[in-house]
Amino acid sequence: MPKRDDIKKVLVIGSGPIIIGQAAEFDYAGTQACRALREEGIEVVLINSNPATIMTDGDMADHVYIEPLTVPVVKQLIEKEKPDALLPTMGGQNGLNIAMALADEGFLEKHHVKTIGTDTDTIKMAEDRLEFKNLMGRIGEPVAKSVVVNYVEDAIAFAKEIGYPVVVRPAYTLGGTGGGIAHNEQELHEICSNGLRLSRVTECLIEQSIAGWKEVEYEVMRDGAGNCITVCNMENMDPVGVHTGDSIVVAPSQTLSDKDYQMLRSSALNIITALNIKGGCNVQFALNPDSFEYCVIEVNPRVSRSSALASKATGYPIAKLATKIALGYTLDEIVNAVTGKTYASYEPTLDYIVCKIPKWPFDKFYDASRKLGTQMKATGEVMAICNNFEGAFMKALRSLEQDSYYLYNEEIAQLSADELRKDLRKIDDKRAFRIAEALRKGVSIREIHAITKIDVWFIDKIKHLVEIEDRLKSEELTPDLLKLAKHCEFPDRVIASLTGKTADEVYYLRKGLKITAAFKTVDTCAAEFDAETPYFYSVYGGEHEIQPDQSKKKVIVFGSGPIRIGQGIEFDYCCVHSVWALKEAGYETIIVNNNPETASTDFDIADRLYFEPLTAEDVQSIIELEKPDGAIVQFGGQTAIKLSQDLMKMGVPILGTSADSVDAAEDRERFDEILEKCQIDRPKGQNVFTAEEALKAASNLGYPVLVRPSYVLGGAGMEIALNDGDLKRFIDHITSQFNIEDHPILIDKYLAGKECEVDAICDDEGILIPGIMEHVERAGVHSGDSISIYPPQKISQEMKERIVEYSKRLAKALKVKGLMNIQFIVYENEVYVIEVNPRSSRTIPYISKVTGIPLVDVATNVIIGKSIKEQGYDYGLAPEKKTVAVKMPVFSFEKITGAEIALGPEMKSTGEVLGISEDVEEAMYKAFMGTGLDLPKHKKVICTVKDSAKEEFLPIAKEYHDFGYDLYATQGTYDFLQSHGIPARLVNRINDKENTIFDLILTETVDLVIDIPTRNNNLKDGFLIRRFAVEAGVPIYTSLDTARALIHALEAKHDNKISLVDITKL
Amino acid sequence: MKARLILEDGHVFEGESFGAVHDVISEFVFNTAMTGYVEVLTDPSYAGQSVVMTYPLIGNYGVPLDDQEAAHPFVEAFVVSELSRLGSNFRMNMSLNDYMIENNIPGIQGVDTRAITRILRKEGCMNGMITTKDYKVSEVIDQIKAFKIQGVVEKCSCLEPYHVGQGDYEVALYDFGAKRNIARELAKRGCHVTVLPADTPAQYVIDHNFDGIMLSNGPGDPSECTEIIDQLKILASSSIPIFAICLGHQLLALAHGFETEKMVYGHHGSNHPVKDLTTGRVYISTQNHNYVIKEDTIDPKQAKVWFKNVNDKTIEGLEYLNENIKSIQFHPEACGGPHDAEYLFDNFIEMMGEHKNA
Repeated sequence: MPKRDDIKKVLVIGSGPIIIGQAAEFDYAGTQACRALREEGIEVVLINSNPATIMTDGDMADHVYIEPLTVPVVKQLIEKEKPDALLPTMGGQNGLNIAMALADEGFLEKHHVKTIGTDTDTIKMAEDRLEFKNLMGRIGEPVAKSVVVNYVEDAIAFAKEIGYPVVVRPAYTLGGTGGGIAHNEQELHEICSNGLRLSRVTECLIEQSIAGWKEVEYEVMRDGAGNCITVCNMENMDPVGVHTGDSIVVAPSQTLSDKDYQMLRSSALNIITALNIKGGCNVQFALNPDSFEYCVIEVNPRVSRSSALASKATGYPIAKLATKIALGYTLDEIVNAVTGKTYASYEPTLDYIVCKIPKWPFDKFYDASRKLGTQMKATGEVMAICNNFEGAFMKALRSLEQDSYYLYNEEIAQLSADELRKDLRKIDDKRAFRIAEALRKGVSIREIHAITKIDVWFIDKIKHLVEIEDRLKSEELTPDLLKLAKHCEFPDRVIASLTGKTADEVYYLRKGLKITAAFKTVDTCAAEFDAETPYFYSVYGGEHEIQPDQSKKKVIVFGSGPIRIGQGIEFDYCCVHSVWALKEAGYETIIVNNNPETASTDFDIADRLYFEPLTAEDVQSIIELEKPDGAIVQFGGQTAIKLSQDLMKMGVPILGTSADSVDAAEDRERFDEILEKCQIDRPKGQNVFTAEEALKAASNLGYPVLVRPSYVLGGAGMEIALNDGDLKRFIDHITSQFNIEDHPILIDKYLAGKECEVDAICDDEGILIPGIMEHVERAGVHSGDSISIYPPQKISQEMKERIVEYSKRLAKALKVKGLMNIQFIVYENEVYVIEVNPRSSRTIPYISKVTGIPLVDVATNVIIGKSIKEQGYDYGLAPEKKTVAVKMPVFSFEKITGAEIALGPEMKSTGEVLGISEDVEEAMYKAFMGTGLDLPKHKKVICTVKDSAKEEFLPIAKEYHDFGYDLYATQGTYDFLQSHGIPARLVNRINDKENTIFDLILTETVDLVIDIPTRNNNLKDGFLIRRFAVEAGVPIYTSLDTARALIHALEAKHDNKISLVDITKL
Repeated sequence: MKARLILEDGHVFEGESFGAVHDVISEFVFNTAMTGYVEVLTDPSYAGQSVVMTYPLIGNYGVPLDDQEAAHPFVEAFVVSELSRLGSNFRMNMSLNDYMIENNIPGIQGVDTRAITRILRKEGCMNGMITTKDYKVSEVIDQIKAFKIQGVVEKCSCLEPYHVGQGDYEVALYDFGAKRNIARELAKRGCHVTVLPADTPAQYVIDHNFDGIMLSNGPGDPSECTEIIDQLKILASSSIPIFAICLGHQLLALAHGFETEKMVYGHHGSNHPVKDLTTGRVYISTQNHNYVIKEDTIDPKQAKVWFKNVNDKTIEGLEYLNENIKSIQFHPEACGGPHDAEYLFDNFIEMMGEHKNA
């Protein structure tokens, strides 16, 4: 079937900010979709509120709108742009929900917009629990016994009938938000009422628990002619009960016989045929490990995290092909880009094994519950490829950058066999470590299986790893043993520590024995056809099949690994742009990364993609093969920067800012010297190694002080101490988390000023600052969690000039070549430098888009020797744009049970949105809208403000009052407001009998909560209020600055129309 | 114990022996299926061949004896990257290693199966030897080169007729090395299947009033089977509906005067797309063949192409114009592999139904 010719202009809806359950995979998919559409000559209109994405680049679509992803905004956009068609399946659940709402209202039909690809009837059938269940009944596909409820009572009645435990799944939510397993009536009551609240349609599915069954997924494609194929199947190591996004997953399935495999494959194809899917689809199954019994868990009629994983696991670009199918092509018409010989109507076959491990944010939320269940908690994931399971698992493990290089955990190692037997019941991020320890302590495979229900096959693989450890510890390191250990991907450092050697000794030993990594190709066809895909992975013990091309100058760019809080998709954006700029300049490019969700690991971005862990040893194998002319580390976040010293040892020139400059910026004393030389002030501070030194330093500086370990990311472990007690507690925490012998603790005077930051491009002659960004929240809130405004609104010309001048001096003193991010505090008409990072930062994508200066491209060209001037730009601060851009953080607190949500120096947001307008208040309002806020509604606000902030709160409270808000306040705040003439109503704290904050929130008529907590007190009360608000889906702000910004934005909102800004026309 | 794979082009791969221990000289082919190693081992079409599995982890679910496609394995030797030391599946009867020992099939593991596959893909499938002995390559290379697959159909076929299933349709299934699931699929659809030895004379079938004839898959070079081809010529003109799979499909083509040729490395796997040229639909199929019908030898007056391989455009099925005959190169019986083409058995039932009613 040829391409349909009735479609000339297509609207693509993105997925919005990165949140848990919706991460970089949709940038990857959306980017592929836009490229595939434009390849076909289609005019593309794109909307996505997330500025950190490749897909929102000006050259990804013909019209790019970084606007709030809400139904009214998309309607307005359709009226403006008049597209012929809408592609709804690329923007995750968000995109799907918006498309559905537009279809339901008849808006699409009215405006003659067709949905292409999988249509809205199909989406409805797949997404609506009851319709889906009925369809499964009609085509004879089994589903778990279940009932759809709109009331908790019905859920309880059903559970009485079929027995506990039961699973609660709210309809139309992300990443299973609000779902869970209930073991008794009380739990069911709790989970179900919460789930109903979070569901877009107040609907939950209550179903028979199939916990302990195997969880298997199939990624399938179907075209308009009805041709179906399976791209890949995947097996979760964790049985049903853990969200697939939180499971360790392997591809292909390992413990399924062909009969099992084909039974589920046939079922998946049967389902997508019945659903009339036109594009990609994910089908999840539970398979009884003791029979052929299975049931369909769910279907996602769109691209997903799993489809991104399947694409990377096989080399089959699902999103691109789903887009082509949407345009009318059939699978047998589309050539497989990997082989160039086969067609898309072909099932990839793997001759390796892929292992995915989730990346959880528990290092950021150390008080949060680490328990894993049906609510996804991971922010990102890593993938590894090897020709054996042990190897793939070990590679994935070290890709997580958690200082775990094998399955050993000091704390868990202290447990006895009996304690371990007990603890094996815990399902959390440490389960694999406990299994390994239990095996070390002699607990049998069968016993572990009986407790965990994890298939014995996987447990045996872990046992094999433990046995190798044991042999390394007890036997002589023979060539055969070394070969085995390397085959199973034991890193040199682990072999060294287990054998009492140094890593260098192990390295030279194996080099001497020619035990080195060999690289293989991911080709979709197990070598059956001669593929030319430049997509590689390493194995030990095999033929090396890659011939590096040494004809061109070659640069290697290191990626940023898994998406985590503090290091998100923006670094992937930077890596991809750097690669593109290098290609443009005629270089051969290589990218190394391990994140399956991202655009950078699409095999057609760089000339060569190595899907490998980003550790020195893994990187060295690539370097020894490719012999690049240089490496670029400044775009891959801390992950890449960390490699600098090792790369230098390997003799690889680091292009751009040197490792020594990075060290000078991060080493306290060296940096102080530079500041002194540049005559720049910073908040006074000291390096300390012990608690005593810290206390002494604090008394010298005077409280409050900022405490943080050096060499950290996103403010990990950073706190503000108000007194000796705070300080001691923080030091204890830091010393338990970090090795302070290598990296001391920094104690700084805390200045409560206005925070600003700049990203600058620096060459030998000078610097270019595209724009200064001003933070809304005062210093003390991590810059990544602050609302940031470009251009600055409250900084005087004098201060701006000083910021530019200081930036110049610092760039020169630090010999920065490429990008540099500097954070300043403007305090009492003085500019202080807080931090300099001579590398890319999280603000790069957004500032590039709003200033029109492609920072990464310019910086990359500087790095390879083309000055800023030669590239046609002037030095200094670029003229300010009329357009105001507000970057606003987005959090995923509701998904991390027990996480403290009050903002502080430690970063907590998972993503961001942008609001753009010529009017600053509208830009602010759009940013708030983008975060999901839809206010005002009921005009009720709960206020609970700490004593020291009450005075400052007063004018803000007055504004809310004047705007028509009813203020509900806790006793102290209430008294204060009343005594200052602002009417308020008293609301009780949570321990009171009635009229409590909980009651108020539960009535669901509260617009928001303003809670300004006393820092670092141990009051459970405030914490519970915050958690409760978050879990009930009520917006909550913990900084006065945010509360003020919000009311100003609400005041500025006039009617429902907003201005729509096409950033390609800026 | 160390074992070696010596290929006729002089490549030597060293690994560990598993299964039975004895020398094997055979042709070597690779199979790209990720599951279904028991079905591969027991597929009689592999008689005379050793199989290199491209998927690196083999034996993960042990051996469920129910998955055997014949009474015993036909593969000469098995080459895998890693033999799983533990099998796990609720139907598993024994480990793969034990199964291979019991059936006297040698195996080699710990070799780079991707490297071997790349050689076979480039050079074409070739002869090789698996041994645990210290032969010099020069000592055995002539012997390896001299190997030729011969007379394998007789070895695979049953010696006496037997019956499978019950029902309204009397089906004669010619056993050239039939996979069990062919008879099972027919039985499932209400057929009383009489499985016949490969050398059964055509007249026997004609005399016994069968409603339809199914020609099975099988091993080796089809042009060798001259006696069978002669019998098929008789059957083709008998008006009894005939449906042929794999070797059966090739033999029928030869019976009509078309020609077959050996492919470079054949099709062995579970992911081959075939397109039904009458409907335009594409199905993913299981395939296992080294020979193919030469397209330019097909007489358009006698037959038209029904299916083609989407990747290499080779002939995957024929529809005979003046006779009640259809034939396909791939395996609708699957096992292992996808069941997409199962409907072709229904197709055969329809052919028989129409014939019966006519």
